[in-house]
Amino acid sequence: MKNTPFTDKHIALGAKMAEFAGYNMPISYSGINDEHATVRKNAGVFDVSHMGEFMVKGEHALELIQRVTSNDASKLVAGQAQYSCLPNEQGGIVDDLIVYCIEPGKTYMLVVNASNIEKDWKWISDRNTNGAEMHNISDKTCLLAIQGPNATKILQPLADTDIMNLKYYTFTKGKFAGVDNVLISATGYTGAGGVEIYFEDKDGAAAQIWDAIFEAGGPQGLKPIGLGARDTLRLEMGYCLYGNDIDDTTSPLEGGLGWITKFTKDFTAKDILQAQKAEGVKRRLVGFEMIERGIPRHDYLIKDASGNVIGKVTSGTQAPSLGKAIGLGYVSIEHAAADSEIFIDIRNTPVKAKVVKLPFA
Amino acid sequence: MNFPAELRYTKDHEWISLEGNVATVGITDFAQHELGDIVYVDINTVGSALDAEAVFGTVEAVKTVSDLLLPVAGTITEVNSLLEKQPELVNTDPYGDGWMVKVTVANPEDVAALMSSDAYAALVG
Repeated sequence: MKNTPFTDKHIALGAKMAEFAGYNMPISYSGINDEHATVRKNAGVFDVSHMGEFMVKGEHALELIQRVTSNDASKLVAGQAQYSCLPNEQGGIVDDLIVYCIEPGKTYMLVVNASNIEKDWKWISDRNTNGAEMHNISDKTCLLAIQGPNATKILQPLADTDIMNLKYYTFTKGKFAGVDNVLISATGYTGAGGVEIYFEDKDGAAAQIWDAIFEAGGPQGLKPIGLGARDTLRLEMGYCLYGNDIDDTTSPLEGGLGWITKFTKDFTAKDILQAQKAEGVKRRLVGFEMIERGIPRHDYLIKDASGNVIGKVTSGTQAPSLGKAIGLGYVSIEHAAADSEIFIDIRNTPVKAKVVKLPFA
Repeated sequence: MNFPAELRYTKDHEWISLEGNVATVGITDFAQHELGDIVYVDINTVGSALDAEAVFGTVEAVKTVSDLLLPVAGTITEVNSLLEKQPELVNTDPYGDGWMVKVTVANPEDVAALMSSDAYAALVG
C-alpha cells in the first residue's frame, strides 16, 4: 500500500484510515456528517494526492488529447481547465479526467483517477503515434482540495496571486505558503466552491503547505476531511464516480456526460457515440430520492411497479445536507424522466423512490 | 472505549443484558465507532422467534450497512422507537438510549455463556 506525503499527518490527527486505489487514505476524522457540514458551510481540506497527473507536451500534444478525449480541448486558453473523458473503442469510458491547458497547443496536464493511473497511461501511450512528449508525474505530485464557501478567503493570505476571484475551471500558478510553482485551480468535487492545489513534494513542501493551511484556517474552523465525506458531497451534486456510476461498459451519453461529448471533432468511438445519440440511448443514469424509508446502495436492483428489473443503483447514501436518502442509478429510458416512480430492492423488499433532476443539493 | 462490566458481549459486537427472561440488545461502543454516523436502524422482526446469530435487523451508517445478529435464541418483543427519529443515539449512547431490541430469551443460561466485558475488550483491543 502506498502512502501520500500527508499519511503521517492523517494518522496523527486520528483519522480512520483505509486502503483506496492502492493508497493508505483517510476515510474520516470527526465523522462523515460533521465533515460534510464543515465543507458545505465553512471549509475543509482533502488530501487527494493519490490522483494521477500526466504532462503532455510538444507540438503533437493537443492532437493527441483531441483524439483520446471526448471534450474539445482546442477551445482551451492558457489557465483554463476542462472536464472530459477517455472513451474506449466500444463507446464505454476508460476514465473521466480534467484537462489543464498550461500553454495552448503545447503543454497540458491531465488529471486522472487514482485507480486508473496505469490503465490510462497505457491507453494514452498506446495511441501516442505522433510522438507527443508524455510524463507521468503522479508519484511526485501532491494534490490538496480546499473546499467550501470560506476556502479561498482562508487561503488568500498564503497566495501571491488573486485566488478569491478565480473563475470556475480556471487556474493560476504562483508562490503559495512560500513554495514556488503551486498550481491553484478553481475546481473540486464537492459543489461547495474552493480550490485544488497541485505542487511537487520536494524540500518539505508538503508539510510546509499543510501546516500553513491549518495555521491560517484552524482558528476559522477549517478541518481535515476524509474520503467518506468526499463521496457524500459529490453525490449530493450528482457528480459521477468512476467505477461506480461510469465505467468501461457505460457510454458518456448514458452517463449524462453528453455535454462533454463534442461531435465537432474526431475522437475514439465518435461514430459509435454519434449513432447512439441519433438512435437515442436505451438506459440513462438518473438521480433518485427515496420516498419510503430505506437507503439505496451500490448494486441494489431497481424495479418498476410490477416488479420487473429496470436497472441498478450505482451510488447511494443518506445525504447529510438534505436529510434524505438519495442515489444514482441506470434505468431503462422509459423510466428516466423526472418524477418517474421506481422501486429500489432493499433486502428483498421494494422501497418506493422517484427520479429527480440533478443536482440534489 | 467503554464496555460495561454488567453486560455480556458477542464476537459480532452486540451487547446483551438480562432481567428475568427479558433481554435488551444493542451494539457495542466499538461497533458504533467502527460504523461511524448511524443514519438508519431497520428492524422488522418484532414477534419473530429467532435462533442465536440470526439476523434480526440492519444498521446503516452513512457509508456502510451491517447486519444485526441476535446474541441468543429468543423472540423479539419490542424495537426501540426512539431510533426511528434519532438513529444517532446508537453513536452517542450505545448502552443506554441507543438500545435496539427487547427479546424474550429461550434459555436465560445462554446469556451467561457469552463473553464478559474483559474478554470482549481483549477481542477488540
